[in-house]
Amino acid sequence: MTDIEVRKLFPLLNQDIAYLDSAATAQKPQCVMDAVSEFYTKYNANPMRGLYDLSLSATDSYEQARQKTADFVHAKQSCEIIFTRNATESLNLVASSFCEQYVTEGDEILVATSEHHSNFLPWKKYAQLQGAVVRYLDCTQEGLYTPEMLKNALTPKTKIFTIAQISNVFGRVNPIQEFAKICHDNGTMICVDGSQSVPHILVNVQELDVDFFAFSGHKLYAPMGIGALYGKKKLLEEMPPFLQGGEMIDYVSKEKTIFAELPQKFEAGTVSAGDAWGLKSAIEFVESIGFEEIERRELHLTEYAMKQMQEVPHVNIVGDKSPEHHHGILTFTIDDVHPHDIAAIFASENVCIRAGHHCAQPLHILLGIPSTVRASLAFYNTEEDIDRFISVLKKIRSQMGYE
Amino acid sequence: MNNRTFYNEILTEHNRYPAHKHSMELPDFSLEGVNPSCGDDIVLNLKVKDGIITDGSYEGSGCAISQASADMMLDLVIGKNVKEAQELADIFMRMIKETVTEEELERLEEASSLQDISHMPSRVKCAVLGWRTLSEMIDKNLP
Repeated sequence: MTDIEVRKLFPLLNQDIAYLDSAATAQKPQCVMDAVSEFYTKYNANPMRGLYDLSLSATDSYEQARQKTADFVHAKQSCEIIFTRNATESLNLVASSFCEQYVTEGDEILVATSEHHSNFLPWKKYAQLQGAVVRYLDCTQEGLYTPEMLKNALTPKTKIFTIAQISNVFGRVNPIQEFAKICHDNGTMICVDGSQSVPHILVNVQELDVDFFAFSGHKLYAPMGIGALYGKKKLLEEMPPFLQGGEMIDYVSKEKTIFAELPQKFEAGTVSAGDAWGLKSAIEFVESIGFEEIERRELHLTEYAMKQMQEVPHVNIVGDKSPEHHHGILTFTIDDVHPHDIAAIFASENVCIRAGHHCAQPLHILLGIPSTVRASLAFYNTEEDIDRFISVLKKIRSQMGYE
Repeated sequence: MNNRTFYNEILTEHNRYPAHKHSMELPDFSLEGVNPSCGDDIVLNLKVKDGIITDGSYEGSGCAISQASADMMLDLVIGKNVKEAQELADIFMRMIKETVTEEELERLEEASSLQDISHMPSRVKCAVLGWRTLSEMIDKNLP
């Protein structure tokens, strides 16, 4: 596809802007916005409740979205997909329900230090409630986790290991399949945060053999407000519900409650069916482009950007030196200039990048850097976006009074 | 918003070559000020004798706006009495958050160059960090 063909699909990008914050949220193609509107124009009623045709069509579209999501991550059955608001909610769900069911006093939960706060704080909270402890698996300065490191960190008490498939700071793909095998050999479950991976690489949860896999729709070109949790059926069936309320029950009396079957058991209250319909459209959109094309474009842009960044004096890229290990995520610092000043200078030139700790403070502490700047790409970016980014990057130090 | 309006020479000079960024032996008052959104974290130290601020310094780290603003503030308040320093802090915070008169603006001297930050909501907290800390310190200890 040509740049012009790609850009046409994203109305917001047709303005004087270089959007390089797709790891925070992706821009939406017109077809996704149309799908949300289509749901509310044609199918809107409360799914699962009414017996009239319209409610049945709402239920049907919602379940079609679930099937599409299941197929997208290669789940065995659609009931293994629970819709949530976002990856944060998915991870809170697993942490809460998993700990309640399987974790007891003295147990351990192993968390990768590079995790986003959303894959760290829920585990800390629910581990504490059960009298269990959270332990951390540190990575190298380049963001590398090796099978050896994992093997050494697991103990007979480790109930679950949780890690992102791609870290939102480094952009490196972790060897999840290998990690899952190591965990399972130890009797440990594995939970994976796929927020940064599903937009960029093909995911097959059965091949990876992960127990849980969480992701947000909004980083995958879908609307904000829809996310998913994949869980192995057997585990989800054993685990207690996360939220209580409407639509997650079969029978309720004053004395007794029987919860609904999967997946409704984990979807209390009225669901975001319009956004689920938008997610379905986003997945179809990604499939129509194809991961081969997405990866080709993103790798090209990453190479194009990194090569030039490496030539700018005083710019330090966080993570691996090779573009293949970045998946469009370019985290960096500039000597003597605070990341918020860097971001402000970029902002004044309509280059949208992110500064701060990227919700990964424990990692920044490990790396010994208080905060960083991150430019993150999607396949809709162009060489022009990168050129614009580099031209601002080159003048930041001089703008701050350095030679 | 064009950068030149706020990353001007006054600001970058105060950030690169701060006159008051150092530790202080036996300050009369010390107070930490934190801006969680940016991670700016400073400690303000003052020496006060007979109601006059005789010396001041700050330590810590943060973005150029927070650091330069604290440095300009100390330039301004050292040698002044506590009541006047509190007034100046009040004018500065109003300049950033609301409006001030021309006369008030003049009283801020170099610090008035930060006025344009009022158009950048995400940086307001950086600019007022030192001043907010000063104001809190005076309220607590020197009412």
